[in-house]
Amino acid sequence: MAHVDCLIRNVSWEDRSCDLFIGEGRVLELAEAGTVAAPADMSGSEIVDAGGLTLLPSLIDAHVHLREPGQEYKEDIRSGLSAAAGGGFGQVMAMANTSPVNDNASVTRFMLQKASEAFPHGPWVRPVGALTVGLLGKELAAAGELARAGCVALSNDGLPVENTELFRRAMEYAADFGLKVIDHCEDPWLGKGGVMNEGEVSSRLGLKGIPTTSEAIQVARDILLASYLDLPIHLAHISCRQSVELIAGAKERGVKVTAETCPHYLLWDESRIESYDTSVRVSPPLRTRDDVLALRQAVRTGVIDILVTDHAPHAAHEKEVTFADAPNGISGLDTALSLTYELVRSGELDFADINRLWCWNTADIFTLPANRMRPGDPADFVLFDPDLAWVATAGALLSKGKNTPCLDKEVPGRVMAHFLGGRAVFSRLETITLKRS
Amino acid sequence: MNWRHKDLLEISQLDADEIAHVFETAARFAEVNQRPIKKVPILKGKSVVLFFAEASTRTKTSFDMAGKRLSADTFSLTKSGSSLQKGESLKDTALTLQAMNPDAIVIRHWDSGAARFLAERLTCSVINAGDGWHAHPTQALLDGFTLHQVWGSFAGKTVCILGDIAHSRVARSNVELLTMLGARVRLCAPRTLLPAMVQTWPVQVFSDVTKACEGVDAVICLRLQLERQQAGLLPDLREYACTYGLTPRHLEKANADVKIMHPGPMNRGLEIASELADCGASLILDQVASGVAVRMTLLHLYLTRTRISA
Repeated sequence: MAHVDCLIRNVSWEDRSCDLFIGEGRVLELAEAGTVAAPADMSGSEIVDAGGLTLLPSLIDAHVHLREPGQEYKEDIRSGLSAAAGGGFGQVMAMANTSPVNDNASVTRFMLQKASEAFPHGPWVRPVGALTVGLLGKELAAAGELARAGCVALSNDGLPVENTELFRRAMEYAADFGLKVIDHCEDPWLGKGGVMNEGEVSSRLGLKGIPTTSEAIQVARDILLASYLDLPIHLAHISCRQSVELIAGAKERGVKVTAETCPHYLLWDESRIESYDTSVRVSPPLRTRDDVLALRQAVRTGVIDILVTDHAPHAAHEKEVTFADAPNGISGLDTALSLTYELVRSGELDFADINRLWCWNTADIFTLPANRMRPGDPADFVLFDPDLAWVATAGALLSKGKNTPCLDKEVPGRVMAHFLGGRAVFSRLETITLKRS
Repeated sequence: MNWRHKDLLEISQLDADEIAHVFETAARFAEVNQRPIKKVPILKGKSVVLFFAEASTRTKTSFDMAGKRLSADTFSLTKSGSSLQKGESLKDTALTLQAMNPDAIVIRHWDSGAARFLAERLTCSVINAGDGWHAHPTQALLDGFTLHQVWGSFAGKTVCILGDIAHSRVARSNVELLTMLGARVRLCAPRTLLPAMVQTWPVQVFSDVTKACEGVDAVICLRLQLERQQAGLLPDLREYACTYGLTPRHLEKANADVKIMHPGPMNRGLEIASELADCGASLILDQVASGVAVRMTLLHLYLTRTRISA
């Protein structure tokens, strides 16, 4: 083995006790505890006992809104990446609905510049370029320019694209640059003006609803196009059973469709809106209990490929309004792992699933680097304490966005340390410092 | 009865005993409204803010009169006369008003949940005078009181609510109240104006007005907002009037003593035939009179309740 800079003993990896050997910012080996001896020469190295903390690869969030440029009062790249670091995310794909829109290289380069100024060693922003100019859905954005500037995908999120011909051409054009298109599926007319799921609760509360069919119609359109063009398509924030069924059928037929959902669609349903709680106003909206169950099963079976936060920070006063006036969005980077861990605790998922859903599948879909814990992989990892619950107070949340239903509530499991290239980008541990030679 | 509620947001907060108490008390206040001197000193020195962000004739005047007849001081705030026009938030408007220490705020607002929004933030009583499509509890109570004065009991009675149910806070609150009182409730509307999942409501749903009115004891007509046609929910107003407007021929198989009601304001000739609004079976003006008595009752109950300290 090459020189070991750090040996972390007694981590829990996919529920097995392991030792992690790190050298020169890379994984040297992840071995079952006690099976690999430390090399004789460990001078200048750190040997630490992790006390059974859970080891995870540094996670990737394929859907965040960092609000900079233009809406820095909600979040900026520095605060967003702080939240990412503390939340266990080493890479975040930042959507283009900034102001100005990221439909050109200057904005892309600006975002990357801001990120490297704030965090020269990561976490990393991976920009998602706009699909259409200004996100207006009328003209193609310059995919080639965006790709060269550093965009890793293209999307019109948070807006759908109504013009099917344009969407087809956008998918084709993006493909020449190896960029996938991420689509926010929502029929622009069906349920227009809606603020929550259309159903029993919206009827009772007197709020205009958006039927699940609004999402499913564009999911079906995208699947048909992907099939016709034999091109990949990635479907953003899937929220309902109807969409899941369409995606499952498409995958069976070999269509190159991938899909994501968020922790909030796996944990909460429309009944949380009974009190007109704006912290759960989100687009697409929370759906029924049946949709929650369908999504959980889809995540387990791989119909849904990855989890994302759709991190959507807002200023507190913006959400302290009536439900119909509140902007859509839940701030998710700080609490994503804790909320996902709730599903581990209830037996829906295990830690091996977290590795795939929050890292490796994402890296595969968008061709991003990731730590697979194989020798030579970057030492990008998280130490997580599943037994440490914490209260998500405004002060504890690192994002400027405190708009989460978890606010002031206890959530399970906490990130204790986060390393990129073997260097700590976040730590609440005194014992592990990890020097880099 | 020691009134245990700080706010009146929707009918479901109340139980049958409380509703009965409201009706009994309203009957006594109705008598006050017939006296030459229509004033009692019950709420002397109390301040009631009438915060009507949405226009209103009946409800606002009714609450204003109710407050004044109980000797309270009433203060009126409308959208055009307030800084809501300058974009001041609902939250700030509420806190500003609260800083002046009113005993109650009666609120009408275009957003569902607005009354609850205030109630959660203010220490004074908040009375919902209509929030968006969600609830209009005082309307339901006055409708219920009006029928109670005529029938005494709701057992065996069938009431049909006719019109734009989907967008109607009056419909929602009346469905809650009438079913709680033991009446059978029917809804009649074109499918585009019915709420989603209406089959989960404790009602019978009709699309044919004549069938909906067979054997019915009362029909509550709802105003059709003229913008619904623009929203693509209806072909045009003539079609609506011809198919869903209530006319005497629809009532041929109704109960002989059928009552006609409308919360107002009415579009005569659209949702209700003009002659029905004025006929002997119409309780429309009785509703208005009931409204003052019921609102006097509610102001009395909410402003004189014994606060339970924590």
